[in-house]
Amino acid sequence: MAETLLKGSGITQRWGGLVAVNQVSIEIERGSVHAVIGTNGAGKSTLINILSGEFPPTEGKVELLGKDATQWSQAKRARSGLGRSYQRNTIFPDFTVFENCRLAAQAQVQRPWVWWNDAQKCKQSVEAADRALELAGLNEVRERFAGLLSHGQKRQLEIAMCLAIQPEVLLLDEPLAGMGAEETDRMLKLLANLKAEHAILLVEHDMDAVFKIADRITVMVNGSVIASDTPDQIRVNADVQTAYLGGH
Amino acid sequence: MDKLFTGKFLFTGLVFAGLALYPFIGSSYGLDLVSKIMIYAILAMSLELLVGSTGLVCFGQAAFFGIGAYIAVLFSPESESANLLWLLPASILAAAVYALFVGALSLRTKGVYFIMVTLAFAQMAYYVVHDTKLGGGTDGIYLYFKPILGSVLDLNNPKTLYFFTWVFLVWTFVFLAMLLRSHFGRVLAGIRINEQRMRASGFSTYPYKLAAFTTSGGIAGLAGFLFAVKDGFVNPEMMSWHLSGALLIMIILGGLGHLRGAIIGAFAFVFLQEFFKSSAIFGEFAKHWQLGLGFTIIACVALLPKGLVGLPEVLRKRLDGSRPRDAQVVLK
Repeated sequence: MAETLLKGSGITQRWGGLVAVNQVSIEIERGSVHAVIGTNGAGKSTLINILSGEFPPTEGKVELLGKDATQWSQAKRARSGLGRSYQRNTIFPDFTVFENCRLAAQAQVQRPWVWWNDAQKCKQSVEAADRALELAGLNEVRERFAGLLSHGQKRQLEIAMCLAIQPEVLLLDEPLAGMGAEETDRMLKLLANLKAEHAILLVEHDMDAVFKIADRITVMVNGSVIASDTPDQIRVNADVQTAYLGGH
Repeated sequence: MDKLFTGKFLFTGLVFAGLALYPFIGSSYGLDLVSKIMIYAILAMSLELLVGSTGLVCFGQAAFFGIGAYIAVLFSPESESANLLWLLPASILAAAVYALFVGALSLRTKGVYFIMVTLAFAQMAYYVVHDTKLGGGTDGIYLYFKPILGSVLDLNNPKTLYFFTWVFLVWTFVFLAMLLRSHFGRVLAGIRINEQRMRASGFSTYPYKLAAFTTSGGIAGLAGFLFAVKDGFVNPEMMSWHLSGALLIMIILGGLGHLRGAIIGAFAFVFLQEFFKSSAIFGEFAKHWQLGLGFTIIACVALLPKGLVGLPEVLRKRLDGSRPRDAQVVLK
């Protein structure tokens, strides 16, 4: 039985009268990619925000590596092994690619009171950044300013910054958004690589990619889960076809 | 790394060396003026730590400056000199404690609200000294005996005070320059650009911002101490929002995001002020000095979006013709 690293149970989020997420339970296991799909407004982003700790849910529980993390801040969850990427780039354009990763990695070795030491010489964060760049395939552009990268490379950097904090769980919010075919292939290879060591939650609109890489797919409609199964089963699921895949 | 010691650091080093030599040629008026500018430069650097480095636009820096100054005067005995060794730390500490309090509350807000809340707290401090007997009310109070350190340092001597201020100017610059490249400073830079990403990476950003705010307040308190000792007098105007505003103009004029910009900005601002106030040059019009100063600042900001720090770059572009330069920058 695979190891469950992140578990959400009975998660509900209400914004006034609107129920954005309704009683959603989800498990993310090491060595697998769990994709969440659904139309715009289905509650995918809200769910990923709750799991990563942007805000606490109205109801429900989040467990990270076996511990109740519902009340943990986002920063604490990140330090405990949860990395997330955003739908919109959140890189630091004025820093080099390397420094983007190094700064993220520094979160694991915070020593703010050592004001006399040059952060760029901090061995642990430099090593973590090197590893992340290597993994994400960005070594060749490491000295370039992040703002000058191509869109695909920026998305890769977004992932590399997640990897720099050496997470066990990755929550990826539309990592393929706006990518060309070649860039998508490269990103999918990267995700396949990362799968062995990590538990990955993938929110994505690119259905070809999702069915190619996901081990499990959860389909959300109007805040609720209508199906959660293997890609093959989801493909033939009648509810999903009616609600989402265009069955009329 | 080697590049650090060429260019910008060389420039700052030369400025510091020039300032160290100035007392040997300057008049006593000049000495007083440059002392004042150096103190403003320290104060401007403290604000630069918040605005340029962390992205927190604080509109109440004058309060911390004023508190440092008032403590220096209020804690001095009436008929003898206080000991520098405890009076200076007391000024810094008092300002830092108020900054800790103000920061703890105001950092819960963002953007325009943060600007307004810091202004409100500064106005609170202003009215405490303005409307109560605590600090002599609107008249302010005199400091008859300036602090000394045994027989080693006597700040009653303007030259001693000048060098004393110079040492703290250099110290503040070096301290902040090192701070900004340390773990702490890199996190502040990250917060400035994208706080959400910093939290998602595992940084609790609030304590970092609070520490920056408190440090900044402490350095502003140091500047206030120096100012009170230099003038031998404090009054509520030191805490007014006019000063907070002037400081913001200094760091914008000098160039946000650069420590040396704060120093350059302080010099430029005070020189411009002196220039437009000079009746020898402007005659009757000198009493409308704020008009000339205002237009000059608008012109500077319009022509030099990166502040005076960006002047060499603009000139170089003009001389080279802009195209090849741009290409090089992109390739770099």
